Amino acid sequence: MLSIKNLHVSIDGKEILKGINLEIKPGEVHAIMGPNGAGKSTLASVLAGRDLYEVTEGEIIFQGKNLLDMAPEDRAKEGIFLGFQYPIEIPGVSTVNFMKTAVNEHRKHKGLDPLTASDFLKLMRDKKALVEIDSKLTNRSVNEGFSGGEKKKNEIFQMAMLEPKLAVLDETDSGLDIDALRIVANGVNKLKTAENSTIVITHYQRLLDYIIPDVVHVLFDGRIVKTAGKELALELEEKGYDWIKEENGK
Amino acid sequence: MAKEEQDKILDEVTQSDYKYGFVTDIENDDIGRGLSEDVIRMISAKKNEPEFMLEFRLKAYRHWLTMKMPEWAYLKIPEINYQDIIYYSAPKQKAKLESMDDVDPEIRATFDKLGIPLDEQKLLSNVAVDVVMDSSSVKTTFKQALAEKGVIFCSFSDAVQEHPDLIQKYMGTVVPIQDNFFASLNSAVFSDGSFVYIPKGVRCPMELSTYFRINAENTGQFERTLIVCEDDSYVSYLEGCTAPMRDENQLHAAIVEIIVKDNAEVKYSTVQNWYPGNKEGLGGIYNFVTKRGICEGKNAKLMWAQVETGSAVTWKYPSTILKGDGSSSEFYSVAVTNNHQQADTGSKMIHIGNNTKSTIISKGISAGKSSNSYRGLVKVTKNCEGARNFSQCDSLLLGDKCGAHTFPYLEIGNKSAKVEHEATTSKIGEDQIFYCNQRGISTEDAIGLIVNGYAKEVINKMPMEFAVEAQKLLAISLEGSVG
Repeated sequence: MLSIKNLHVSIDGKEILKGINLEIKPGEVHAIMGPNGAGKSTLASVLAGRDLYEVTEGEIIFQGKNLLDMAPEDRAKEGIFLGFQYPIEIPGVSTVNFMKTAVNEHRKHKGLDPLTASDFLKLMRDKKALVEIDSKLTNRSVNEGFSGGEKKKNEIFQMAMLEPKLAVLDETDSGLDIDALRIVANGVNKLKTAENSTIVITHYQRLLDYIIPDVVHVLFDGRIVKTAGKELALELEEKGYDWIKEENGK
Repeated sequence: MAKEEQDKILDEVTQSDYKYGFVTDIENDDIGRGLSEDVIRMISAKKNEPEFMLEFRLKAYRHWLTMKMPEWAYLKIPEINYQDIIYYSAPKQKAKLESMDDVDPEIRATFDKLGIPLDEQKLLSNVAVDVVMDSSSVKTTFKQALAEKGVIFCSFSDAVQEHPDLIQKYMGTVVPIQDNFFASLNSAVFSDGSFVYIPKGVRCPMELSTYFRINAENTGQFERTLIVCEDDSYVSYLEGCTAPMRDENQLHAAIVEIIVKDNAEVKYSTVQNWYPGNKEGLGGIYNFVTKRGICEGKNAKLMWAQVETGSAVTWKYPSTILKGDGSSSEFYSVAVTNNHQQADTGSKMIHIGNNTKSTIISKGISAGKSSNSYRGLVKVTKNCEGARNFSQCDSLLLGDKCGAHTFPYLEIGNKSAKVEHEATTSKIGEDQIFYCNQRGISTEDAIGLIVNGYAKEVINKMPMEFAVEAQKLLAISLEGSVG
């Protein structure tokens, strides 16, 4: 599915990622944890193709294709979805219109005809039910005036609509109360299949009570310093990140 | 988004073509360049006008000679040589048109290209069209069907011949001949336009529409529209404008006068797409327009809705005089400027009657190296009780080489007035574009979505066919621009 080799990334000449290696197979859920400033969000942005970042070395192969050669919208249509840490408001653009444009772009990419209005609305209804999002939200402009939790739910709703092969969820749990956290996590779990993969980027272990990872990585100072099973998350929760820092000489 | 990428996309915008820029090869009857009393007499004689028309023109001309071009607008306009313009040019036609078959095939082809079918069978149901090419009206459709309701919809020239009493009664009552430099010029030399009369108690059964087209070279277009709505009547009127691409600037100075009586309602929509000049700012139409309506009767209503994407220079302030008690007016505008276009546009609301209401919603979108200004006046006279106004002026910037300015003027003479003004300036953010990209939407489509979302409030006020056209126009005018 995804293979990252020796990825080095800088912003304004400052190196943030210092040689990341990561292999993700279809159906796997990987959690990436780590302290603030470790480079977690940078990794997510680079996968999605944000061009604030400069890739100085390394490669990313996604389903046999060189991801770094692709424009952000093409990566999206190939099946990469980024759940934003801070979803963006787009005033005046209705969620319906936004999603319809996006879904039909994905369909065009696959050589399918655009959905008719009624098929599209049916799809929306089904997915809304699946992720338990309120129609009140989808009837408004994209994320406009949404609370933090509503924005995150809306991300999961969009993910349900677009059915990505690889979902990268960047701190989806931040700013969520426990109920919203459960809804978001349930959504992610319901969308999980044997073919698609998920990268869950998080600070805290609590999200991983709901979304059970196959592999947990610790990202520290631009490198993956530890990789283990789900028990690693619990260990981190208990001991904090200081022992990682000490082990890595900082 | 990287700087170079932004510049590249902005460049792409600048290169988007003006698709109405063709020239129709037809024989024209023009009177040569220059302006004098003789020229005015010649225009009047060619149009076989009654004496009062010639007097009106000459009075306006003599007044115009004493005036100077106004300089208060936030516009840079090179000096215009008024002697270098042809003031009358009309497609040559043999006799008066009796049916569609009599229209010059070249002219028909022109309007087909513009997407304006003259053929009544093919017309969208319920839109009657009057088309004005250069100085004269080519064809008015559905005249018969309208006449049955007592509605008069014809070219201004025909109205002068057939309804001189109405013309004499109303012409110049809302925009007097000495109103302003361009209004005086228009009053002296105007050659055609549209006339609409809705009798008492009649709801006009269809949308009325006029398409203006400048075709001939070196020609100025000076048209006049007069709409009179008697008590309890209603009309929705649309106008559209295009011109060929030419290197020199061409002058367009129009007048629109609207009279709305007791409980009557007028909706006036414009999609203005005159040639804006090329990307270096060469050529394009100078658009100096005086549009004004009076809500003369009680509870009269006048709504202006406009989408302005064309012209090298736009100088235009559709205004309403709210004279009747309880009358109201709304102004909805989207003005797009790109490349080197300049717009100084807005509205004036003059509250005279008691409990009069007005709303101004202005959305400016600037891209390229353009300049886009909102200028608006809200005036409440001393004896006007209970006036209310709400104004909202938003500016959206694409790129960092364009400018947006807001010049609101308030003259409040009565303490009971409630006046609110809101203004915002925003940019289409890289974040918004990237968010759309990440969902699979290309940058161009993302801008289309965002701009149309931004302008939705205004576009929603337009009749449906026009709204669709306006949306496309916005997308074309701004294809690919990001800031």
